[in-house]
Amino acid sequence: MADRNNHYKFEVENLEVNYGDFRALKDINLQIKANAITSIIGPSGCGKSTFLRAFNRMNDLIPNVTTNGKINKDANDIRKMDIVDLRKSVGMIFQRPNPFPKSIFDNVAYGPRAHGLKSMTELNDIVERSLRQSVLWDEVKDDLTKSALALSGGQQQRLCIARALAVEPDVLLMDEPASSLDPISTLKIEELLQELKIDFTILIVTHNMQQAARSSDFTAFINMDEDRAGYLVECGETSKVFTYPEEKLTEDYISGRFG
Amino acid sequence: MRAEVGSVVELAKNKRNLKRQNTIQIFGYALVWLCGILAMAVVFWIVGYVLSQGLQVINLDFLTTRPAGGVSGEGGMSTTIVTTLYLVILTLVIATPLGIGAAIYLVEYAGDALRGSKIIDFLVKASRSSVEILAGVPSIIFGLFGFALFVSYMKLGFSLLSASLSGAALVLPTIIRTSEEALLTVPRSYREGSLSLGATKWYTIFNVVLPTALPGIVTGIVLSVGRIIAETAIFWVTLGGSYHLPKSIMNSGRSMALHVYMLASETRAFDKAMGTAAILIITIILLNLVINILSRRLTSRLTGLK
Repeated sequence: MADRNNHYKFEVENLEVNYGDFRALKDINLQIKANAITSIIGPSGCGKSTFLRAFNRMNDLIPNVTTNGKINKDANDIRKMDIVDLRKSVGMIFQRPNPFPKSIFDNVAYGPRAHGLKSMTELNDIVERSLRQSVLWDEVKDDLTKSALALSGGQQQRLCIARALAVEPDVLLMDEPASSLDPISTLKIEELLQELKIDFTILIVTHNMQQAARSSDFTAFINMDEDRAGYLVECGETSKVFTYPEEKLTEDYISGRFG
Repeated sequence: MRAEVGSVVELAKNKRNLKRQNTIQIFGYALVWLCGILAMAVVFWIVGYVLSQGLQVINLDFLTTRPAGGVSGEGGMSTTIVTTLYLVILTLVIATPLGIGAAIYLVEYAGDALRGSKIIDFLVKASRSSVEILAGVPSIIFGLFGFALFVSYMKLGFSLLSASLSGAALVLPTIIRTSEEALLTVPRSYREGSLSLGATKWYTIFNVVLPTALPGIVTGIVLSVGRIIAETAIFWVTLGGSYHLPKSIMNSGRSMALHVYMLASETRAFDKAMGTAAILIITIILLNLVINILSRRLTSRLTGLK
């Protein structure tokens, strides 16, 4: 853990994802730094979400998807890892908040319970810790038995983050986590990201250039070729990608000339 | 000047148009209301007739004494109430796990099977369409099937068991279809949320998918209860018609609906048939109320919204 700020959490080698005959992603090679926020940007339909879902093998759930190439997490091939262990260590936040129709407590305790934890005292601790981490605790502590669906959209999304944190992952995948939220809720989520990156490696797909520029340390730009297959254009430190992009294409996209 | 004249004419035209539209609207309203009132009137008439005829013979005695048999149709209906209860419980015990299990397979697992062999793909499609077909088969066909298979071939005789097995075959398509629909309404995002936390598919189904689908599934089960209470023909050929209280699942019996049929067709006690029919109708109405309250309660408990 001494070199935690210097090692790569993920190494992606020649990643290729196909939906049946359709190639969604090709030849993706990049490294993801640990304890940093990496944002993935690109035009609609370029395969950003597919790319994100490759990291916790959510693509495996869709029939006819084949994944080639390799993703190493801490030098272990994720395809050789146990799927439960992988998903425990790689949390995911979805585009639309998707709390279960259960109480706030049951939502956060869901993951630990699924992994066999029964002790109420431990569950209480985990729920409180996770809700504090996602900065929701003060808003909901008075009634944890309230249904999660009665919360506002922004609160629901922070609840989903707490739910993901409860199983103690080291990576968080976020698929446009703020796209369905109002500006104030979005700001709260962005502030939260800055706190979370101390302990977690965060990958975030976003359509919002300002958000990527504001809150991420690294930026990967994915574009699609004429066959609509996504490929990596460039990846680097956000400050560099946004000010001196190596590729003309990146500059065009960032300045809003296409996409 | 000319334009103004034009617009005045236009305005008058519009006004006339509006008036005509309004008349058509009122006429349409009246028609729709009439249809609604007529449909309700028919229901109230039937229910009212049966109740007014039936309530005359209903008293505590009628409910608590057993039928005496014979052409005169002496006695009450106590055993038929209990037999109906037995029949409902036994049928549900058989049909519910099978039906929900089949629905879970069709919704949650069959999709995965489609990736596999063509044969499984074919079997899944065949089972789905056979459920559709079974739902439209007349109940007497299930009765004949039950008679041939359970009563004679398997030598279970006219018994609660034969009747429940046949009844289960009858309500199975209903339970499968309503459960399937309920499962399909569970958003994909719930499943993904659960799986992304490392929960297994099995855990996801039992802890997120089924609880969310519960109101729909319960509705299907309660509808089935109504069907079992109301069906006559299928139990006529599988349950027999003994007015004694069944002492085991191998005994013959008589459900309320069967009692109505037998009293009306084989005895002179038409008033008692009406009395039993009144109880039957009251039961069905109560059952429908229970569905409404139960599914509303379940939904509000799930969503936390009133």
